[in-house]
Amino acid sequence: MTTDMNPARARAREVLLAAVRGLALTLAVVPFSVLLFVLTLVSVSLIPIGVGVFTTPPILAAVRTLADKRRELAAEWCGVRIPSAYRPIPEGANPWTRTYALLRDPATWRDVRWLQVDMTAGYITALLPAVLLFYPLEGFAVAAGLWRPLSRWGGYWYGFVHVTDQASALGAGALALVLLPLAYRYAPSLLTAHFRLTRAVLGASQAELAERVRVLTETRQDAVDTSAAELRRIERDLHDGAQARLVAMGMDLGTIEMLLDKDPAKAKQLLAQTRQSSVDALAELRDLVRGIHPPVLAERGLGDAVRALALRLPLPTEVNVELAGRADAPVESAAYFAVSEVLTNAVKHSGADRIWIDLHHSADNLRITVTDNGKGGAVIAAGSGLAGVERRLGTFDGVLAVSSPAGGPTMVTMEIPCALS
Amino acid sequence: MRVVLAEDLFLLRDGLVRLLEAYDFEIAAAVESGPELAQALAELEPDVAVVDVRLPPTHTDEGLQCALQARRDRPGLPVLVLSQHVEQLYARELLADGSGGVGYLLKDRVFDAEQFVDAVRRVAAGGTAMDPQVIQQLLSRRAADDRPLGRLTPREREVLELMAQGRSNAAIAGQLVVTERAIAKHTSNIFTKLDLEVSDDDNRRVLAVLAYLDQGR
Repeated sequence: MTTDMNPARARAREVLLAAVRGLALTLAVVPFSVLLFVLTLVSVSLIPIGVGVFTTPPILAAVRTLADKRRELAAEWCGVRIPSAYRPIPEGANPWTRTYALLRDPATWRDVRWLQVDMTAGYITALLPAVLLFYPLEGFAVAAGLWRPLSRWGGYWYGFVHVTDQASALGAGALALVLLPLAYRYAPSLLTAHFRLTRAVLGASQAELAERVRVLTETRQDAVDTSAAELRRIERDLHDGAQARLVAMGMDLGTIEMLLDKDPAKAKQLLAQTRQSSVDALAELRDLVRGIHPPVLAERGLGDAVRALALRLPLPTEVNVELAGRADAPVESAAYFAVSEVLTNAVKHSGADRIWIDLHHSADNLRITVTDNGKGGAVIAAGSGLAGVERRLGTFDGVLAVSSPAGGPTMVTMEIPCALS
Repeated sequence: MRVVLAEDLFLLRDGLVRLLEAYDFEIAAAVESGPELAQALAELEPDVAVVDVRLPPTHTDEGLQCALQARRDRPGLPVLVLSQHVEQLYARELLADGSGGVGYLLKDRVFDAEQFVDAVRRVAAGGTAMDPQVIQQLLSRRAADDRPLGRLTPREREVLELMAQGRSNAAIAGQLVVTERAIAKHTSNIFTKLDLEVSDDDNRRVLAVLAYLDQGR
């Protein structure tokens, strides 16, 4: 809406919009509710004879589409957010399984209840804003002369006014004049009321919680699995690496002690070798530490750690950091390893010759984008590095999105809700 | 030569004190935290400071920050920074003021006492001591798409690496077992191929090479 419009005109526009939208809802959307409700009833009642098993999944899918469409309209038109919490429909399963899964989902029954409400109360609340605006307009038209053709067969009822001649037509006009301010005052809120009603029936408080619990259980399992695997890897690396080297060094020192008098030259040679072992052991420990928690991350935080990471890449990389503080250590660590994995992917597969990294925190959300000018076509395939990143971020309610059209560029966006301190 | 030493782990601090004293350095102070280091650097005016990056109380990069601050207060104050890991990012910050007298080494380098002490002396004299790992990181990043670097012969590359670490011609000659004259020739070839201005001053030469390797990144 433009700002130079004066408030009355803006309001008039709003009223007209609400009326048109309400009319559109009653004419185009609500009839689908009736149709789908009937189809659902028929389909479900046909399940015992088998036919319903095949018809129910597509019909219920259509119901969900309709409900989701209404959720979209609610958000778009009136800013009413209606959470959606369907259990996933098992793909590729046999029709029995799918039907059973659908009927077990409480969201399905909520949808069916909503269809009934939508056909009745929903219909009226959607129609009212349209009626409130268009009926007075009709009244004016009647007063202006439309009464002649309308009242040709024994008069015409406009509200409670019986229109038979110009005088009574003016009465209809007067009634319209009374009704119009009502439209001006109430039409937009009535449309909002329609969506509020929809939310009351369709919104999923309990189911939403159930869904949240399911997601949390899943991500917690992932987190536990990942950290257990990490610990196993660390244990193995220490056992076969640094620990073994220290044992060898201890043995060598014993030998050196023995050789010191007998063969000083040999002792000296072995000493040099032992020193090299200690250097190698340190190098291994350093790599291990970098894999557990990079020292720069501990010392400087995410921004500089990513900068240091970029400096290790073989490609020119631009890093842009806008972070006003530091996130919690676990979040920093998850974000760092996510960036690291995405960069490794880009270097290995994209064929890019330039990378841009952007770190940004606003509205309690850490947003990281990694863009490369490579050949594109990156996907989050099962078992791929990106799928791993997605799982790890999931523990923090973080999300990952990949935009990678064939021919590039590839942009990987990660978001983690967190606060900075 | 008076040294201020900052290292929080007792064993390492003790070892370093003994090592440096064995090579006739005078330990002006051996401290274990950031604030103590800042105070020692301000009051004792040492010839060189040997500083661990990570120090209490925050256990982040306190030592590095102290060293950088001390160099801002007293430009050119020789500082040798030690760490369990080296980062190009930190090397760049240390070199940023372009005034030399800077060292950045892995703690492992202490194992070779001769070379370590040489590095401390070099830094105290206003020279540079960069860890071979830093130089290798710089080189591997540039090597991929850098034509002038590609024109260097393998021997010239070796010389370049040692030069970037801050070694003098004499030291490079010693390590590669050739004459100093041969090194001087390699050096001038390198500078021509990289299109750098030739300088007789060892220190300026090192900084020019480091700046070349780090440019545009």
